Amino acid sequence: MTLAEARRAVRDGGDFGALLAFVPYAEWLGLRLHQRDAQAPVLRLPYREALVGNPRLPALHGGVVAGFMESAALLQLLLVLEQDRVPKSIDFSIDYLRSARPEDSYAACELTRLGRRVAQVQVRCWQSEATKPVALARAHFLLAPEANATAEHLQA
Amino acid sequence: MNEPTLPLALAQRFATLVPHMRELGLRLLRVEREFAEAALPLRPEFLGDRERGLVHTGVVTSLIDSVCGFAVHARIGGLVTIATLDLRVDYLRPVRPPQALICRAECYRLTARIAFARAAVWQEDPGAPVATSLATFMHATRSMHEETP
Repeated sequence: MTLAEARRAVRDGGDFGALLAFVPYAEWLGLRLHQRDAQAPVLRLPYREALVGNPRLPALHGGVVAGFMESAALLQLLLVLEQDRVPKSIDFSIDYLRSARPEDSYAACELTRLGRRVAQVQVRCWQSEATKPVALARAHFLLAPEANATAEHLQA
Repeated sequence: MNEPTLPLALAQRFATLVPHMRELGLRLLRVEREFAEAALPLRPEFLGDRERGLVHTGVVTSLIDSVCGFAVHARIGGLVTIATLDLRVDYLRPVRPPQALICRAECYRLTARIAFARAAVWQEDPGAPVATSLATFMHATRSMHEETP
């Protein structure tokens, strides 16, 4: 299955796993599609003990929260743009607002900039209370030129 | 004056007690007062781009967050409670297996409550890093020793 076929399948209500298979790390972390939305899907990271970074508190590892949010940003791009290849990460910046408890986490992304070659995605991560984010992050990605076609439909 | 140091064996034992460090397979190599260094052998499930065979940046970020934490512990001279406030990573080069990632982090400024750290990650050549990073931590060192908060 090509990336375009996997994307079309998810957009048509099919299996998210087909798209996830292009990003093995996100699959390994255990990412799930929580809320289907063409432009702003919500992703879920189910809790498991292997994600803990501080067993005494306990709290999720800061790298898990970051990796989840980076994965969410990447999958958002794969889902909404017409990229034939996985965009490359340029940089990533995260602010931790509260400690992530040992429970399911959620992430939602906003495509805040879509240029010819660079996209910026802002990500918000929360747990049981959506109004109390665990972390906020932004990521820049390098796009392949074919993303241009989609820029128009997003601006429309 | 003898500065407190964090023994490597103690730090390594701590790393095995942290579930996600164990899951990643992080191997602590050196812990000095000035820096901490760890290796992360790469596995197929760490890929972020299956088709091009590139490692996901989340793996690099997790490594950096972990090793910066050890650098803070090392500078303080003990395993205290720390929390990452923020972290920024620049992904300078794509990461391709199989060569393990090496991360070296230093805590370049320690105040009563805050620790500032920087890190670099490379595969073969420390002069050609795949990522560089800045991170800020809160630490609970003072509150554990002070009589009043």
